[in-house]
Amino acid sequence: MPLLAVRDLAVSISRLRPLDGISFDLDKGEILGVVGESGSGKSLTAMAIMGLLPLIGGRVTGGTLHFDGIDLAGLGENEYRRLRGRRIALITQNPMTSLDPILRVGEQIDQVSRMHLGFSDSQAKKHSIELMQQLRVPEAATVHGQYPHQLSGGMKQRIVIAMALAADPELIIADEPTTALDVTIQAQIIQIMVDLVRDRGLALILITHDMSVVAQACDRVVVLYAGRVAESNRVGPIFASPRHPYTRDLIGCISRPGQVRGSLKGIRGNVPGVLDYPPGCRFNPRCDLAQMVCAEKPPEMEVDGASMVACHFSEGAR
Amino acid sequence: MTDSTPAPLVSIRGLSREFGSRSGLFSSPRVLRAVSDVSLDIPRGKVTGVVGESGCGKSTLARLALCLIDASEGSVRFEGVDLASLNGGQLRKLRRRMQMVFQDPYSAIDPRYTIREALLEPFRIQGVGLSAAEAGTKVEHLLDIVGLSVTIADNYPHQLSGGQKQRVGIARALALDPSFLVLDEPTASLDVSIQAQIIALLERLRRDLGLTYLFISHDLGLVRYFCDSIVVMYLGRIVEILPSAESRPRHPYTRALVESTFEPDPTLRRVVTKLSGEIPSAFNLPAGCAFAARCEHASDLCRTERPELSKDRHDHAIACHHPID
Repeated sequence: MPLLAVRDLAVSISRLRPLDGISFDLDKGEILGVVGESGSGKSLTAMAIMGLLPLIGGRVTGGTLHFDGIDLAGLGENEYRRLRGRRIALITQNPMTSLDPILRVGEQIDQVSRMHLGFSDSQAKKHSIELMQQLRVPEAATVHGQYPHQLSGGMKQRIVIAMALAADPELIIADEPTTALDVTIQAQIIQIMVDLVRDRGLALILITHDMSVVAQACDRVVVLYAGRVAESNRVGPIFASPRHPYTRDLIGCISRPGQVRGSLKGIRGNVPGVLDYPPGCRFNPRCDLAQMVCAEKPPEMEVDGASMVACHFSEGAR
Repeated sequence: MTDSTPAPLVSIRGLSREFGSRSGLFSSPRVLRAVSDVSLDIPRGKVTGVVGESGCGKSTLARLALCLIDASEGSVRFEGVDLASLNGGQLRKLRRRMQMVFQDPYSAIDPRYTIREALLEPFRIQGVGLSAAEAGTKVEHLLDIVGLSVTIADNYPHQLSGGQKQRVGIARALALDPSFLVLDEPTASLDVSIQAQIIALLERLRRDLGLTYLFISHDLGLVRYFCDSIVVMYLGRIVEILPSAESRPRHPYTRALVESTFEPDPTLRRVVTKLSGEIPSAFNLPAGCAFAARCEHASDLCRTERPELSKDRHDHAIACHHPID
């Protein structure tokens, strides 16, 4: 049984349905990349798993979410509180919004293990400093007593990761965790997260718009487009032979060393907003393989082992 | 430089810029050197890339190159004319020829202007009188060359997508027929799909209009793809100049940037070496090489004596005591 099983998830916000038919599995020790442009539904998927949809007036209106056999959609807020932060943790893009500016960073990590694991003050502090050392925070004991504004962006993001790890969760959802960081720091944070998954048998959902981060870190990928799954597969085949034109185009947006100038293609147009989802395949107005049928009929999801694709011409994208 | 080399469009010599800062109400002011002793030639019709991380001085360099802020030391010559020697009126006149495209298309356009008004603003500032018919033709032409439909002319910026706004930012920079554009992270706030569109547009414009670019970015992958030569900066100084995108980096910092730049191919996963330490504060620069504290090749020499930037015979410049072969 997978640790997390999402089946046909649909999310509604008032009368709109921004997310529809989302399915994927995640095992322990595995990194799942959730990719797509802004507005494709990546963060909504994360909020649905975390039970945070009520914050934005949304709710799950279809499908199921099972975490370690627990039906997440059926949980009340009190039960969710025992999971959130304890067994499922979230790391957000901007560490500044996750940290309280007037509390010492060490105290913020300590709180997590005191609350969820019942640690004493001294146990919690020892635990936090060990975590910070594992995350390669230099002079961890000193940094433990500092305030967020005294730390660099990369160091703050390590503190946020330490907070996420403090209650020893099984699943971590990282929503664009390195987008705001410098490239050398991004590379180190990604490496730290990969090592954590391998060493501790964690499961990680890495939400990103960057296919090169997926290629570097992930085992499997779900490509979202306009609130639906376009394609999902193991990372090897999805890069070697993408079956959905959107996947192929997303990969084609990143330059490779030695690539001839002028050969980098973007994707024309923009992701439609939820009010403007076109009929048929939602990608059809931007797709260079689109035919009449694509604008008329939504493609069925073809499932073949680990590979899932929703495209009328899934062979043509190769 | 041999006689056959054409004169560069822009020539930067010994450029430095300091900023003063007070760390507290009663403490003495501290000085931050954002750019230190930068010399650089920007050849006509080429794309010169400047790459580095936050605090490396690349955006300050961009502003210095257009004389948007004053240099503490050094000079910028545009077609041989020293910008510091010009008075306000002369500088404004020269500004028609050199323009900037900013990172954030959201703040670069006044939200109260329609796109038409935003595109005509440069003419007003420069005192170029346009008849209504001329203005209409200009707006139509500018939107057309950046791939926008004329139907958006009467929209307001908030009605456009990020990519469309950045196209307007480029159109506005092109309004007065400049020959030199400074592009300061023009795609950093955009989705990768839109980023690739904007880069393709910039490439077409450079070819069609014979433009010269100074392209500032934190993204080495993008710089390698788009630029003819690459200037790598670290804490205010040039540490390496790669004469072509294919040149093999020799400075340990450039190597670290390469290692940190992932490729869209899972068979080419990077081994991320642990760069020890953080980028030092620009207020408190170490005595020797600024990268020494993070460099695995650093020796005692590196910690005491700053390496000078020196060129080899292939025009490849490196500031390192122990360059990698």
